[in-house]
Amino acid sequence: MNRIEQRFRELREKRETAFIPYITAGDPSLEQTARIVHALEAAGADVIEFGVPFSDPVGDGQVIQEAAQRALNKGATLRKILALIGAMREKTQVPILLFSYFNPILAYGMEAFARDAAKAGADGVLCVDLPPEEAGEYKAALDANGLCTVFLMAPTSSDERIELIARHCTGFIYYVSRMGVTGERAALAADLGEVLERIHRHTDKPVAVGFGISTPEQAHQVAGLAEGVVVGSALVRLIATLGDVKDMPDKVQAFARELVQAAKGRQSRR
Amino acid sequence: MYALSELEDAYAKAKEDTAFQEMLSGYLKTYVGRPTPLYFAQRFTEHLGGAKVYFKREDLAHTGAHKINNALGQCLLAKRMGKTRVIAETGAGQHGVATATACALLGLECDVYMGTEDMERQALNVFRMRLLGTRVLPVDSGSKTLKDAINEAMRDWVANVRHTHYCLGTVHGPHPFPLICRDFQSIIGRETRRQLAEVEGRLPDVMIACVGGGSNAIGLFFDFIGDGSVRMIGVEAGGTQIAPGMHAARFAGGTVGMLQGAMSYVLQDENGQIGTTHSVSAGLDYASVGPEHAFFFRSGRIEYTHASDAEALEAFQCCAKLEGIIPALESAHAVAHAMKLVPTLGRDQIVIVNMSGRGDKDVQHASRFIALEEENKG
Repeated sequence: MNRIEQRFRELREKRETAFIPYITAGDPSLEQTARIVHALEAAGADVIEFGVPFSDPVGDGQVIQEAAQRALNKGATLRKILALIGAMREKTQVPILLFSYFNPILAYGMEAFARDAAKAGADGVLCVDLPPEEAGEYKAALDANGLCTVFLMAPTSSDERIELIARHCTGFIYYVSRMGVTGERAALAADLGEVLERIHRHTDKPVAVGFGISTPEQAHQVAGLAEGVVVGSALVRLIATLGDVKDMPDKVQAFARELVQAAKGRQSRR
Repeated sequence: MYALSELEDAYAKAKEDTAFQEMLSGYLKTYVGRPTPLYFAQRFTEHLGGAKVYFKREDLAHTGAHKINNALGQCLLAKRMGKTRVIAETGAGQHGVATATACALLGLECDVYMGTEDMERQALNVFRMRLLGTRVLPVDSGSKTLKDAINEAMRDWVANVRHTHYCLGTVHGPHPFPLICRDFQSIIGRETRRQLAEVEGRLPDVMIACVGGGSNAIGLFFDFIGDGSVRMIGVEAGGTQIAPGMHAARFAGGTVGMLQGAMSYVLQDENGQIGTTHSVSAGLDYASVGPEHAFFFRSGRIEYTHASDAEALEAFQCCAKLEGIIPALESAHAVAHAMKLVPTLGRDQIVIVNMSGRGDKDVQHASRFIALEEENKG
């Protein structure tokens, strides 16, 4: 069974919320990315989102834009990222979700990408700028290779679209908590609980909430409402602030541990 | 997606609404100054010694370019949708100025994203926009040009869609933008057909337009797509040479990719990272091209070629001296191709060149490239 689906199944039995950290692969270097992954796993991460750097990340705020640029400057490519996952699979079974824009996947070739990603040991893909309506060929390729397809759901999604997106998602559904791009926000959306209730009326697939969650307090709040909490920019910013130094992964781990405790310190909604 | 379907629905309704269409036509006539003339360029024609050349004078539209056709249409649409704020991206500043103008006219709040590199190159247009009551928001990411301004406008739009309309300036971006912009620009071709019928009593043989995103080209061509006898040529920016980073000729150096919500030809590397571009003209300096152009490129209905910086600058001067018309550097690419093609055609042929914008904005920029000969020596 796919590692992402397996993990959510286990968490459901334990009534625990998934902690899903996002990192930009290749920032500050692919070697450090491997160390950060091990640190996050040791901290208790359930699924790790591997951001594939892209030159024009329209869905991202400044923190992740800059991280992507640094990774590209260091020579990170989708091909090298898959090779890194392949190498890491000798030591870790942590579920990995690739978080990418469509163009690098298209350039790689959808079939070849799905095959190579599965072979390397990735477990799923979230393609930020590909709505399910346009994803026929892409989804078929991923399905055929046993990879989860995660799509974004937004606060503006209608009931009709919630159903459509839910139907296309495997593994889990990614709910964008706030209108806008990735990045830290002072407060969660006031109607978050309400919207998640509405989504859960349409689907029993797990829902993870991301975009704008940056503190243990926020993670704790979300934990009671959803099945997963994604933290991205806060981690990416910490990695950038610490820089390419030896003990950076340890410090990232310490912060991730706080987030894990916050997310797990509360029973999930079911 | 919500924003796009909301826009698609609103536009479909507006398109069928005669009151909306009449309001738009009224503004186009009394405010923009349409129809723009179809002008027989006699001295230019004599100089080239081939086909008869007509200029479609979009440079005479209010704000000095065809951009106002789309900006005004979209701003009226935004108002109809109950949006109170309009955002736009701009490269050379023409679309930014057009949007700022339409917003001033209609009493809408307006913010325009512009790369800091372009703000420097087009300082005058920055001032014009501010004068019109628009905020110009500098974009310092990536290549600091048009592509990055679009990224930033899209980021703004997804965050503020409930009260904001994104007035995209060309036939690019996600559906329905290419369709909406093409519809608003296709008045150029409809007028041309009527005007040429009046003076020549027939269809043109060749039509030439520059292609950045491709809105002026599709605007001129679209009405003639079904007229098989009419040859259509889109001219891209050849820059200094067709090598990575030195041009913006997507059909010459690009491959199929997806950028900013549209699948089309894109200048990119083998890993799908978007390439840098170069053109003497900021309005053609973009890594992708409208998806409908990609469609017509594939079908063969429209031919695409490119003109270099040097050729465009030569056409810029030639047109000024022979016709007293200073073309925008973008439009100068179309003029440059006409200068190559027209001498090879018979005198009974008719060529239309879309003079998509006027060159006042480019005078300072061009002066750096052109070593003006000292005239009237003795």
